[in-house]
Formats: sequence, C-alpha cells, structure tokens
Amino acid sequence: MIEIDTVSKVFTGRGAPFTALDEVSVTIRENEFFTLLGPSGCGKTTLLRVIAGFIAPTSGTLTLEGQNLVSLPPYRRPVNTVFQSYALFPHMTVAQNIAFGLEMLNKPRAEVKATVDEMLALVRMTEMAGRKTSEISGGQQQRVALARALAPRPKVLLLDEPLSALDFKLRKDMQLELKRLQSETGITFVFVTHDQEEALTMSDRIAVMNAGKIRQIGGPRDIYDHPAERFVADFIGDTNFLAVELLSVEGDQARVRLASGAEAQVRAPQDGMAPGSVTLAVRPEHASPGPVEGATLAGALENIVYFGTDTHFHVMLDDGTRFVLRQQNQPDQAQTHRTGDRVGVILSPGVGQVLRD
Amino acid sequence: MSDGTDLTPRSRWLLLSPALAVLLFAASGPLLIVVIYSFLASGDYGGVVWHFSPDAWFSVVLERDFFTEQLGFADAHLSIFWRSIKLSFMTAVLTFIFGFPTAYFIATRPKEKRDFWMLLIMIPFWTNLLIRTFAIMELIRAEGTVNSALMALGIIDEPIQMLFTEFSILLGMAYVYLPLMVLPIYASMERFDFSLVEAGYDLYATRWQVLRRVIFPLVKPGVIAGSILVFVPSLGAYVTPRVLGGGKQLMLGNLIELQFGAGRNWPLGAALSLTLLAIVMVALILYVRAAGDDEVRHG
Repeated sequence: MIEIDTVSKVFTGRGAPFTALDEVSVTIRENEFFTLLGPSGCGKTTLLRVIAGFIAPTSGTLTLEGQNLVSLPPYRRPVNTVFQSYALFPHMTVAQNIAFGLEMLNKPRAEVKATVDEMLALVRMTEMAGRKTSEISGGQQQRVALARALAPRPKVLLLDEPLSALDFKLRKDMQLELKRLQSETGITFVFVTHDQEEALTMSDRIAVMNAGKIRQIGGPRDIYDHPAERFVADFIGDTNFLAVELLSVEGDQARVRLASGAEAQVRAPQDGMAPGSVTLAVRPEHASPGPVEGATLAGALENIVYFGTDTHFHVMLDDGTRFVLRQQNQPDQAQTHRTGDRVGVILSPGVGQVLRD
Repeated sequence: MSDGTDLTPRSRWLLLSPALAVLLFAASGPLLIVVIYSFLASGDYGGVVWHFSPDAWFSVVLERDFFTEQLGFADAHLSIFWRSIKLSFMTAVLTFIFGFPTAYFIATRPKEKRDFWMLLIMIPFWTNLLIRTFAIMELIRAEGTVNSALMALGIIDEPIQMLFTEFSILLGMAYVYLPLMVLPIYASMERFDFSLVEAGYDLYATRWQVLRRVIFPLVKPGVIAGSILVFVPSLGAYVTPRVLGGGKQLMLGNLIELQFGAGRNWPLGAALSLTLLAIVMVALILYVRAAGDDEVRHG
C-alpha cells in the first residue's frame, strides 16, 4: 500500500549535516497497524513527517497505492495525522474541529454533519460536541484529535506518539481504544512510539529503527522472540547477552558453546552466519534458577527482587557476566534461594537467539 | 491579603491619591476646561469671553454665508472630517497590509533572531518624528530621490506631484505608525502555536485557507489592537499632515490648531476637539462591536 523505497533525509543547517533517514525501505500493507519504534532521534518521526508531506525526502521514492506522494503537498495527500501535541484548533468547538477537514474537501453540508456525528459517536464524545477544546480533558482532546483525523476517511492515519502526554491508566485505555478504532474503520495506521510495550501490545507489525535505519521489521512476537541484532534485543524488553562460540548453523537453528563449556541448541538469523565468536541473547523469562549440578550455567546469586507478579534473580556468572532470571510467582511458593547462594541457570530448550552485530 | 479589605478607608484613599491626582489634573480637569470653553464666546484677540454661547458648536458643522446670511453646512469642516476619517482608515488598512506579513515573518524566524528583527522595526521609532517626516518629504518632493531616479531611468518625463497631496499624508502616517501595527500582531503571533498550521495543511487546507481559517482568527486580537493603535492617533495627527500636506490638505489636528492660532476662535477649537473625541469613540465602539460579532459567528 505505502511503498517507501530507499528514502533518505539529510538535514543541512549550520554545523555538520545530519542524516535523519538513511536509505529506508519498507512496505506498509493495507489495513495494518504498523508501528515505527525506536529511541528519540532514530528518525521515526522524520519518516512519519515524510509520509505526511511536512518534510521532503532528500532522495528516494514514496508511493501510496502506486501514486507518487513526494510531489504532492500535504493538503493533497489522502493521509491524516494525529499530532503529539494534538494541535486542536483552539478557536473552534469539538464539532468544528472534526468538521474542518471535511469542509476543506468541500463536502456537502449534510454529509459533513452526518460524518461529524458519526465520528463523535465513534470516539464517544457526542455530549462534548459544543465544547471548546480548552474545556475538555487531555484524554478527551486525544479523542477529538483522533476523530478529526479520521473524519475525512484518510487511506492512512499517521499517529505521532499520541499517547505520550496521557497518564498511565488513560494510556492503557487509549491503547485498546486505538486498536478498536483501527479494526472498526479498516484504515491503515502508522504509529510512532518509543514505548516498546505500547508497540508490542498494539501492532500488527513493528519496524525497529535506530540511527536513521530500520534495523528489523516483523510481528511483535518475531521481534521479541527473535531479535536479529543486539540493538533490537536490547531496546525491546530485557535481555541477557552472553559471549558464545557459534559451532554450526542449519537453517534458523544453531549450535553454540557457552562460556561454561556446555553446548546448547539455539536460533540464528535466517541469512546465515559464519562460525566464530558471537553474542547470544536470552530473555530473563526463558531461563530459571535451579541446582548447580546439570545446569547450563552457574554463578552467585547477587540479588532477589520481588515484583508482585514475578521475581527477578540477579546472578553473577562464573565468567563475570551478569545474568537476570525472571520467574513468575505462584501462591504459597516456598523461597528456595537466598542471596549469596550458588545457583545454576537452566535455559529452556531452544530459546536463545544468536545476534548479528 | 492583597485584596485591600484589611486597609483602613484612610490608607486606601492615600494609596489611591497619586492615580486620582493624575486622573483629576491630567485627564478630567483639562477635558472639563475644553467642554466649558466650547460653550463660551470667542474673544477678538483669542481667548474666551465668559458668557454662554452655543455658537462654537453650530459652526462645527454649519456656517452662515458671508453675503446672503443663509445658514448652510460648513463644507470646509465636513471635508476635513471626511478626509481625516478616510486617511486614518486607509492608514490602518495600509499598515495592516504591510504589518501583518512583517509580523508573520518575524514570528517565524528562529527565536534568537526575532529580537534583531524587532529592533530594526523599532529603530525609526527612536528618531524624532519631525526628522522622519522631513525625510519622507525629501524622498517624494519634485526634485527628490524618487522623482530623480524615475526621470533618470526615463520612466517619466516630468516629476510626479506626490508632495502636498493626500497620498503624501497617507504615506507619512503609514510609515510613522507601522510599528504600532506590527508590535501587537507580532505579540499574538509569537504565542501562536505553529503546529496548528501543519494540522491545517494536513486536513486539506491550502495556504490561503490556513491563513484565513487558522492563523487569522487566532491573531485577530493583535490585529484589532494594532488597528486601534494606528487609527486613533492618525485621526488626531498634526505634524505629518502639516508637513506633508503643506497646509493644503488639512486634517482635524491642523483645523483645531488653526482655531487656537491664526483663527482666534478658541471655543470652536474646543468644540472641534470634542468632536474628534466623539468620532474616535463612535469608531471604536463600531469597530469593537463588529469584531466581537465576528468572533461569535466564527468562534
């Protein structure tokens, strides 16, 4: 649907030129909740603004359903944006804000009215139609911004960290709300966030970005369970990194030798890797504490941190690497390990991921 | 604590007294004198004769024909009223046309550069008004810079008469009062959230529609303030029409001065001053009401 092909953006101002986007290529599919995830300054917002038309790419092409977008000004692109600051028009009521895009498209009056009513109902703001935007809460402003951007029925809705200004509880509600709106309207959503949890819970697919490049694209499960490289593994969720020796690769399966001398069956990137020293990523919940005998790795238990739903065990491995284990808590669970104990680390079979650097 | 309720009546009056003194002696007092003078008869060599006479008020708009003794409208006065209102209105429009884009330009510069641009706007303001007016005169007189340049380029064969016309007064007033338009518009624009412009573009509004539907309504208070700040002093302008109008194109300020000087008709001067005040007040009420209605309709 949206084809982004080797798009680059170099900002030249005073000082050194800054490459915000470095030959980014990605295809966003129809009716997809697509998330651009990355730390601040990674280029995700720049990419969103290139799609919206506020920034012209330095090079590369951008098409929507085969139509070239680069030459179109923002007001001719069938794309709407939910801004981080909402950017609601303060001199208009809620209803007037929602009607704005439709009026600019010269829709007949009756259609504008009907669509505005429909949108107000969609975001559950019907009672607030006549309020000024300064007279409603942040969460309500968020809904109005959504309704305003959805009202002209864009082919793509761009969302620029729209939930970052909301408090925790409201953010959780809005995450579900956004997901509902996306499936009800069938519009493609392109969502920008730096919050990995938000990305994992809402997205159909995620593009993880860093330093102007897309590092990995995949479903939430793919990205979480099989990060392709160290940055992705580190940025999304908690990860333990182990220096290991790659012995052999077959398809996406690999055999590695750990620092302890034990061998393990793990996963590797599809594109093949040469044997040698590599990094293995293991999620904290994919390993459990156990007896030292027969364990893959062993070390001293430095710290036990209770989190309510689960408990974290911080282990200093024999080779000096710190390793965190996470175990879900059960009621009436006996506390079997103590700080200072020597414990074994038992890796669940086949769960580690060999990383490209 | 600071609501003043715990002050004794005496200390309250004491604290108010400077403001009251200014109001009494600098505003109400002189105004009262002007009102009283307008109802007195004029002395032969200036000044007033202390008996009641409504003559001055009649002669603001009416005059007796010198030969036929027929009462008619004072065409000279009325044309000066009309010229004053017309030129002041045109000055406000002209300063808006040039001031709005200027304010927009400055407000959209990087923050650290804006002060520099505002300084450029303010510098002429620090120069003596008379000097600036004579500078305009030098530019547009028959042998002045503009005419010489146009003739040297062969665009015109003989100088264009620009000085001592309504055009020259308009030019002078627009030049002098431009900062008064730019400043309040700039003040509203600086507070303006430019992400709203992006939101406008995003929602299919063209440049013109964004200007009309998003930017203008939000900086309108600045435009209203600027228009008032330009219109009111223009209406009473004295130096600019005096110098650039050359005594041929009088405005209200000049007419009033004439009554206290060569005309030796202080009561008429006083009545004309009050007429000017009335015109300003009526104009402001009409303007603010019109602007307010607009707000209700679009807001």
